[in-house]
Amino acid sequence: MAKAKSNTLKLNFDTSWSYAPAPENKSAATIKKQYDLFINGDWVKPSGNKYFDTINPANEEKLSEVADANMADVDAAVKAARNAYEKIWKKMPAKERGKYIFRIARMIQEKARELAIIESLDGGKPIRESRDFDVPTAANHFFYYAGWADKLDYAFPNRLSEPLGVAGQIIPWNFPLLMAAWKIAPAIATGNTVVLKPAETTSLTALKLAEIIQESGLPEGVVNIVTGAGATGAAIVNHPDINKIAFTGSTEVGKIIQRAIAGTNKKATLELGGKAANIIFEDAPIDQAVEGVINGIFFNQGHVCCSGSWLYVQESVAKEVIRKLKDRIESLIVGDPLDKNTDIGAINSRQQLETIDKYLNIGKKEGAEMYQSSCSLPGKGFWCRPTLFTNVAQSNRIAQEEIFGPVLAILTFRTDDEVIEKANNSPYGLSAGVWTDKGSKIFNMTRRMRAGVVWANTFNKFDPSSPFGGYKESGFGREGGLHGLLPYLNLIN
Amino acid sequence: MKRSESLFAIPDFSLSPRIDQVGAEERASRFTKRSIKKESKLNGLKLVLNMIDLTTLEGKDTEGKVRQLCYKAMHPHDAVPGIPTVAAICVYPSMVKVAKKTLGDSGIKVASVVTAFPSGQAPRDVKIRDTKFAVNEGADEVDMVISRGKFHAGDYNFVFDEIAAIKEACGDARLKVILETGELGTFDKVRRASDIAMQAGADFIKTSTGKIQPAATMPVTLVMLEAIRDFYYKTGRMVGMKPAGGISKSKLALHYLVMVKEVLGEDWLNNHWFRFGASSLANDVLMQIVKEKTGVYQAANYFSVD
Amino acid sequence: MEKTIKKSSLSISANGIEKKTSSKRLEVLKTYKIYIGGQFPRTESGRYYIVRNAAGTQLANVCLSSRKDFRDAVLAARGALSGWSGKAAFNRGQILYRMAEMLEGRKAQFIEELMQQDSTKAKAEKEVNLAIDRLIYYAGWCDKFQQLFSSVNPVATSHFNFSVPEPTGVVSIIAPQADSLLGLVSVIAPVIIGGNTCVVLASELKPLCAVTFAEVINSSDMPGGVINILTGKPGELASWFVDHMDVNATIYCESNSDIQKMMREKSAINVKRIVFYDKVKWNTNEGQSPYFIMDTQEIKTTWHPIENIAGSGAGY
Repeated sequence: MAKAKSNTLKLNFDTSWSYAPAPENKSAATIKKQYDLFINGDWVKPSGNKYFDTINPANEEKLSEVADANMADVDAAVKAARNAYEKIWKKMPAKERGKYIFRIARMIQEKARELAIIESLDGGKPIRESRDFDVPTAANHFFYYAGWADKLDYAFPNRLSEPLGVAGQIIPWNFPLLMAAWKIAPAIATGNTVVLKPAETTSLTALKLAEIIQESGLPEGVVNIVTGAGATGAAIVNHPDINKIAFTGSTEVGKIIQRAIAGTNKKATLELGGKAANIIFEDAPIDQAVEGVINGIFFNQGHVCCSGSWLYVQESVAKEVIRKLKDRIESLIVGDPLDKNTDIGAINSRQQLETIDKYLNIGKKEGAEMYQSSCSLPGKGFWCRPTLFTNVAQSNRIAQEEIFGPVLAILTFRTDDEVIEKANNSPYGLSAGVWTDKGSKIFNMTRRMRAGVVWANTFNKFDPSSPFGGYKESGFGREGGLHGLLPYLNLIN
Repeated sequence: MKRSESLFAIPDFSLSPRIDQVGAEERASRFTKRSIKKESKLNGLKLVLNMIDLTTLEGKDTEGKVRQLCYKAMHPHDAVPGIPTVAAICVYPSMVKVAKKTLGDSGIKVASVVTAFPSGQAPRDVKIRDTKFAVNEGADEVDMVISRGKFHAGDYNFVFDEIAAIKEACGDARLKVILETGELGTFDKVRRASDIAMQAGADFIKTSTGKIQPAATMPVTLVMLEAIRDFYYKTGRMVGMKPAGGISKSKLALHYLVMVKEVLGEDWLNNHWFRFGASSLANDVLMQIVKEKTGVYQAANYFSVD
Repeated sequence: MEKTIKKSSLSISANGIEKKTSSKRLEVLKTYKIYIGGQFPRTESGRYYIVRNAAGTQLANVCLSSRKDFRDAVLAARGALSGWSGKAAFNRGQILYRMAEMLEGRKAQFIEELMQQDSTKAKAEKEVNLAIDRLIYYAGWCDKFQQLFSSVNPVATSHFNFSVPEPTGVVSIIAPQADSLLGLVSVIAPVIIGGNTCVVLASELKPLCAVTFAEVINSSDMPGGVINILTGKPGELASWFVDHMDVNATIYCESNSDIQKMMREKSAINVKRIVFYDKVKWNTNEGQSPYFIMDTQEIKTTWHPIENIAGSGAGY
């Protein structure tokens, strides 16, 4: 009797007691009407005198306009970086270098609230994430690498090291400030100088960081920030006086960069796409696993290269896990990124939303069952309900390709060997997750999964001291931790 | 129902789901990120007040003290209109009669702690008599403690049978089963004890006696709420939740409310299925309600102690 | 004019037919085959090329391996990967040590082959000795480099976090043209001791030692497929070495900038790791270090929650 009933039971999350809007106060942040390029410690007009709009993806309103750097601007930035490298930065005592970086870390902390607001306005991510994750982690990253500056002799056994020179760095739109920190902090701590290009839809926090850098008194030209789209990035990649390219973004663009720098002496670090398998065994702590899956896929609207977009559930607990996931997404709040209660903000751009919608249609056509939460969406802006696909086959495109949105594909498995084979059956190898209460199984799984970051009984955790980066087509080189130093150094015998 | 008589219907409690502590704590802390403002705050505070089991469990309790507390329960703060009463008064068995009499037809329930509260170290027949006494005196609800020693020794049958026996002794009174989570040691054991209690017939599961630290925490309450949800899905039977001890501030109580809302939803968001076991929480909630209504921060001197 | 293969005491033609009439015993010539999956097949293409010494004397007919041989070798290497990388590091070290033992036992043969290929006795001896010692050097690293390059990372949350090196996978190697034995050993050893498997193209001009070295490998408990050795022309095969989707990394030891550029371009096909060793002096200490091992290692970082660490919050 009870059994039959249990299939129809449903919890009601449409509660009479609900949360009032709790928007963060926009006026705590200052955004200029127009941003120029940050070259050689100063704000410089783009030589083509072109600017492009940056909008708030939550309401499509213009926030500011940003300079579009052309080849001449990039060249000026590289010259400034080269000059700063040769004349100042590589000669400066390492501990002084470190102190500048500590200072930047502190100033990010001081302006944390403002940075968080701008990050959410410009990129659409919920303020809870930019406030509690992006901004503090960015500051921590500077703090971590600042300390390395004068300790590099201890980092590599039996080797000394020297900086590479000028690093060209191109970062994506999903964690704008944090990625800038991931790139700039290790580069300048190891004695390199930097030309960084933020993504064109999310330039503002990088420019705000430029203001902080200016205020910190960092020598002119050590960090240069040029804004623009693909052409600006190409100008950096192809500039002959750049020694190192560090790129985070799509595998497609990563491959173009790999080809472009062939025949040069440029070193590269590529942090590319991913499609992580998150594996739940029947003996897992199910409720924490469900929460880990939720964080794994809905963190930052699923705009995360290491997101756990591929859920493998052991068949014996699949029903339970799916029911819990369905319940859980009912309590996710989609809406105004500046509202402190928002769990899922706006999709970063119209283009990205179209990509996600395309995959939702593909998924349905392929015969997978789509389930979306019943939440309401704002009228304007770019939005996507948290989405689950069940009855997914491994050959389905939604199980193969990177959707980069709040969309989870759920597959089932029976044995350990089966799931490890399937999880590794991907050209990507950035991250993976495994949930089980059995210690030996954890070590077996984490060892056999071909991925650069493996989360066991947790997911989507990041830390400045923890190396991050991929196997296979997810790129090479590591960012974070001791291992994040090497991509910016030559070792000397 | 004895466990031994229905061996096939009752799960092996050593197989209760495992809980990852860090994950549970992370999830619990996520609830505290909800920002509760304006009308949502006011409504939440009223709901909290209405869920309180106003408690006095001291050796020095007197009829006079209990009568005052009952009056407070019925008239928390008459200076401001529209303020609800608390859910229940929670006292020792010897105080049930006077509480019942004072509360009259106010609708406020009388709960009594039983079974050699707080240690539970007494023979079963004593515990049963303790329970029957409280019920005969008029208790609407009975808060028992489980035998933690037997539980730690792995004698789950004993714990199960004891709860079932007390449930039988309760008659129509609702049974709250106190796990005393501060003595259980791990979330795995909290989950296991929750499963035993619900399976044995508990109407409520409750974290703590309030005599042991730590008492209620958000993570431990989360683990129990999730056990309630799983039990509901398995059997269709609703079980109530009562965190007790350590919740003295409105803000924390609202976080608990958020947790109930997001784990169990609408059906549990009322004092039939959710209670706070607390003594000083009520006044803090009252101060916050008045602050919300007047816009002025309040001082304790303007709110009666009892 | 027909050049002849010069062997220690006899002159015979390339097709092995005795020219001189002699009452002395006819020497049995060695057929130089390739080494794939623990077997010694001929190239599937049936092609060969003639190896000569500096004076132009023909030394042997050697397999001119084709892209299909390479494909078969990659298949063998991929097949051997999980078994090899799954072996205990200690065990891999023992096998490498065994290889050194086998090489030591056949020292004379290698010296002779090197001398045939224009080395002097002293130089040849030195090269073989160094090659043996290099195997011993890396045998010793098998269960140590992980300790050197691992880290336990003090993350701020309640998690245990550690990073360890792991093999990249299947590595294709175009071995150095000079130092035909020492160079070969020096590039293979660091790749395989880290748990990778490999396909190696031997020195085009001096391939004899490579094939003989395959026999050493084959007699040293090394599972088939871990090391696969082809002979042939880099000019023909280099692009296949880097174009294959099932190869994870490519090592190239020459300074041909066209080939280097081509390799880096083609490596984009599957974001292959490309390593150039064009400036390494293999006959010095510079030719050995644990950093060579790390060139074909990935870093894996693993997270797991820890209960009750200080600062984990509510505790219970």
